[in-house]
Amino acid sequence: MKRSIIDILDLSTAELEELIATAEDIIDNPDKYAHACDRRILATLFFEPSTRTRMSFEAAMYELGGHVISVSSAMSSSAAKGESVADTAKTVSCYADIIAMRHPKEGAAYVAATNASIPVINAGDGGHCHPTQTLADLLTIWREKRRFEGLTIGLCGDLKFGRTVHSLINAMTRYNGNRFVLISPEELKVPSYVKKGSLKKYNIPYSQTTDLEAAMPELDILYMTRIQRERFFNEEDYLRLKDSYILTPDKLKNAKPDLAILHPLPRVNEISVAIDDDPRACYFKQVLNGKYMRMALILKLLKEAGRL
Amino acid sequence: MNIDSIQNGVVIDHIRAGQGMKLYNLLKLDETELSVAIIRNVNSGKMGKKDIIKIDADIPLNLDIVAYVDPGATVNIIRSGKLVEKRQMELPETLTDVLVCKNPRCISSTEQELHHIFKLTDRENKVYRCLYCETKAGG
Repeated sequence: MKRSIIDILDLSTAELEELIATAEDIIDNPDKYAHACDRRILATLFFEPSTRTRMSFEAAMYELGGHVISVSSAMSSSAAKGESVADTAKTVSCYADIIAMRHPKEGAAYVAATNASIPVINAGDGGHCHPTQTLADLLTIWREKRRFEGLTIGLCGDLKFGRTVHSLINAMTRYNGNRFVLISPEELKVPSYVKKGSLKKYNIPYSQTTDLEAAMPELDILYMTRIQRERFFNEEDYLRLKDSYILTPDKLKNAKPDLAILHPLPRVNEISVAIDDDPRACYFKQVLNGKYMRMALILKLLKEAGRL
Repeated sequence: MNIDSIQNGVVIDHIRAGQGMKLYNLLKLDETELSVAIIRNVNSGKMGKKDIIKIDADIPLNLDIVAYVDPGATVNIIRSGKLVEKRQMELPETLTDVLVCKNPRCISSTEQELHHIFKLTDRENKVYRCLYCETKAGG
């Protein structure tokens, strides 16, 4: 049966474990999967700029032996002529077996999914959801910690507009014993609906602070985020807040030796390049893990849709 | 103040004072040519003050809208001058084409002919969120 993934919560914890197991099997046995998607086509519809996510999806499909057709900007597609998302989804369903879509409008992936006859994977809908980034985050946490429970997770930077932050909170509140430290400027705190909808609802302990260094010693995971210019209506606000947190080697001196530093990338200046060689820096591993999880997800959805 | 009782029509009673006009607008009664009375700030034993809407025609009403504006309201159907049916309201699970999402980044702001759908996400606090972008209604 056709099924789409719009939000990370569309996947149960059992399914997440299944995807992680598949991804680890792909990592260990890439040849086994080299023709898993022979003659299948992935359509990547990207109506908003993206390097990492689009290339990750495309690399994932190529490594599974499949093909890719692509729209890489709204201006080069019929969206520029005013075509609706619904019509685009119906049309592309005639050409491809599965869609990965990024769109600046929140809820666009849902509209595509309800109109497409093939599975749709949300590759980011405005500031709303970005489930495959969370899959990358989860595989990275799993491979670094071998557990999803009993972790103190620091989230730092833009916690208001950062869709990856909201998805990660939603995903990790489903496991026992986790605690969140929310580190952000006052203006970019986690929205109340996220706190009410998951942290408070499930009685997950959390604290809010503006002080990254003070929070550092207790963290098992530090998830840094970029202050995103494209989410601000007002350039002045962006300029005032953009350098709120810059992680440098000095700030890590009180961190745990097995801290895992994650970042959804792209990075601007919020993590100094001097940290890249620190064994605790996991953000480039995260990029690679994202590809493996997308491979696992493409396989799962194509199988469920009876297209493999 | 006297308002004649109606022979055939609908009386929406026990509306929280101040909500009558909002309900009138959301029910799009302003777009009809029916005789409609909005009675505001009527003394009520139970409620202190209440609003009442009387519609002088037995027309189908979107009861989801009534329930959304005030789940405590009652809808009375009058035929031949007699009360024939009294309906209690309950918050609907979804509201379709009643509210418009205020989030300028929501797909519903641009996608043609897309239904505006809100889902009840917190019954206790009467919170509805946009189906597409999850923005809170009225927020």
